[in-house]
Amino acid sequence: MKPKNITPLYKKHLELKASMVDFAGYKMPMQYSSIFEETKAVRDSAGLFDVSHMGEIEVSGERAVEFVNYLVTFDISKLKRFQAKYTVILNEKGGIIDDLVVYNLADKYLIVVNASNQKKDFEWFLKHKNSQVKVKNAGKKYFQIALQGPLSEKIINSVTEKDVSALSFYHSKEEKIANIQVLISRTGYTGEDGFEIYGKSEEAEKIWDVIMEEGRKYDISPCGLGARDLLRLEMGYCLYGNDITTETTPLEANLSWVISFSKGRFLGKKQLLKKKEEGTNRKLVGIVVPGKRIPRHGYNILKKGEKIGVITSGNFSPTLDSSIALGYVQSEYKKEGTKIEIEIRNRLAEGEIVKLPFWKNGTLNKRVSK
Amino acid sequence: MEVKIPKDLLYTEDHEWVRKENGEITEGITDFAQSELQDIVYIELPEVGQEVVQGDSIATIEAVKTVTDLYAAISGKVVKVNKELEKKPELINKDTYDSGWIVKIKMSDSAELDTLLTPAEYKKVIQEE
Repeated sequence: MKPKNITPLYKKHLELKASMVDFAGYKMPMQYSSIFEETKAVRDSAGLFDVSHMGEIEVSGERAVEFVNYLVTFDISKLKRFQAKYTVILNEKGGIIDDLVVYNLADKYLIVVNASNQKKDFEWFLKHKNSQVKVKNAGKKYFQIALQGPLSEKIINSVTEKDVSALSFYHSKEEKIANIQVLISRTGYTGEDGFEIYGKSEEAEKIWDVIMEEGRKYDISPCGLGARDLLRLEMGYCLYGNDITTETTPLEANLSWVISFSKGRFLGKKQLLKKKEEGTNRKLVGIVVPGKRIPRHGYNILKKGEKIGVITSGNFSPTLDSSIALGYVQSEYKKEGTKIEIEIRNRLAEGEIVKLPFWKNGTLNKRVSK
Repeated sequence: MEVKIPKDLLYTEDHEWVRKENGEITEGITDFAQSELQDIVYIELPEVGQEVVQGDSIATIEAVKTVTDLYAAISGKVVKVNKELEKKPELINKDTYDSGWIVKIKMSDSAELDTLLTPAEYKKVIQEE
């Protein structure tokens, strides 16, 4: 895909001398200093990410609740005002079209989708809509910035009009930063405490500058897609296109917790129920490969010389000082502690199936279990 | 971002740099290559004493973004490898033209130097990428 899009923070990335890459049709920062240093900043202090490439779909109208509930797997009628939920949309076969976050805002549902899927998702929404709902592709209207890391709360509180400490995980509120109206949500993709901030595209630079300026006292680092990918992998979070696709179901991808079978009809439910009854023959698992040779997307997973699966994401984790990966294995091998081998360029590396997340000391886990 | 292409070195189309020192060459990867690879985590070095032919894969560089081979820029015998990189592969990211060197090769045929690229020629190669 040729990149034709830039985010409202494109100029900031150039000023910060980011190395830019084409991603999902956008020119995005891969890194500013080093992927490992940026990853460390998020684990130790704070990092700021431009994620404005993410798509936003707004759904409103009389039948908005029923409509969104028919498309996503979770029961969003349960969402309180300003509450958010991570969930997925499925095709008729039960395959994942996208993973997304639904916000129940005052007058609409705001649905945040993967950049690479925004066109496909929007068309899917349009295809199923009726006259009692309004569906709007609002991707260009919003900027989205993610402030992530153990010091995020300190930083956000020093820039917002009111204290936001009371905001709980996956809840959001309308707030002001530098007198600008924004939506602040306690969400993220890193495993650390953090916030995602949405606002009008034309205000993006101002908000970015204010947070960077205030964050300097807390060793904030601008972070690119490289660190974002590594941080999410250390948490075992799925990346659409790698770990989940239309060929995988949420049951195989350990996403059963985002499905509500009891809520009534939803797209893909019938097939998914059938698969649930039959049992899945493969599962997404976390794999640790001691050392620094990296198991990458597409590499084979073996047991006693027989292929039992394939790697979907892999990298070297600087936080754990080991290579880590996600991959699908035949269900009989999914148990933690199972020793497997990975074919890394014609040589076998030994690995072990482990419990996710790889990184267990994130500030998010501490907050949620509190 | 502007990449560094020192004037006193020779280059290959595979993004290696070469420094001549009497009958030996020192070889590493270019600033362009390291910036493309991003954080380097691991390098598999050749054996000292190994005979190599120009174009042979002699080392493997594992980086966050991808894995790549280092090719012998010149035929000859490996006389030294940068052992420091086994502990600190990031030297390639930080200082590729100096402490991030990878291998020293005793040339068997110095005429092969003519097949390498000048800084100006190499600049064209990366502009086309």
